[in-house]
Amino acid sequence: MSSSTLVSLLPQLASGAAHTHALGFAYDGLEGDRVRIRVPWREDLVGDPDTGVLAGGLVTALLDHVGGLAVWIALDRFEPIATLDLRVDYMRAAEPGRDLIAEARCYRLTHSIAFVRAWAFEDRPDDPVAAAQAAYMLSSSKGREPGANLPSRAGVAK
Amino acid sequence: MSALLDRLPYAQFLGLISDQDGETLTVTMPFADRLIGNPMLPALHGGATAALLELTAVAQVALSYPRLRLPRPINVTVAYLRSGRPVDVHARARISKAGRRVAHVLAEAWQEDETQPIASLTAHFLVAEHDL
Repeated sequence: MSSSTLVSLLPQLASGAAHTHALGFAYDGLEGDRVRIRVPWREDLVGDPDTGVLAGGLVTALLDHVGGLAVWIALDRFEPIATLDLRVDYMRAAEPGRDLIAEARCYRLTHSIAFVRAWAFEDRPDDPVAAAQAAYMLSSSKGREPGANLPSRAGVAK
Repeated sequence: MSALLDRLPYAQFLGLISDQDGETLTVTMPFADRLIGNPMLPALHGGATAALLELTAVAQVALSYPRLRLPRPINVTVAYLRSGRPVDVHARARISKAGRRVAHVLAEAWQEDETQPIASLTAHFLVAEHDL
């Protein structure tokens, strides 16, 4: 069960970073351990200009991100995590002009790794546009201070 | 330049620029604030790096299969090797098997040092006209 503290953070975690905000991601609810985010269709997110189908890379970003939310729900707290790897199978083209929803579930947590499955669809998870399985590293910024990636510290990082 | 990437809205959204040397494309995603996924470090969003890799693979496959309208990925696997720092990212793809129906592609993304990739991609593309 997720604490209300984490649940209240989910909208911010879904769309609060610059990239997720630019893509228009929005929190779309939690049911048990399954969390959803939505990306409204937009012309500049299209991968095939002849059909208006959303880009595969956008679907990958959506699945990567919703998987992270599922990890925080399984942990029942926010902590820095990093995607280790992500496999996406594209089953069919997304329907042009329609919002895409992604749902994820973290089905196993170990001391350092979280295992996740996720799906992207317009209406129902059993009619997916794409399916993903991913692994995330927990406490990924352990020992790294805020700003560790900034250029002035690049020499130190090496 | 890859005319294909210039035509794809999402490639334009990411600001991708491509450079063709013979049969090989190098695609660059110039750093922009809206690519940030972790504001604390700060680090690029993995989804942006994955999309760069996938679009680089799409453009490279399109070069090898000129009669295809648009190469369609069957599946992609991305491994994140290092945190993406707030600087430009470059990517290059190599077709390891160019079959009649399916092509297998490997791609890598790096920042200042090509020998220190930040992410790698393995993908299958459907290259037959009337499949799937």
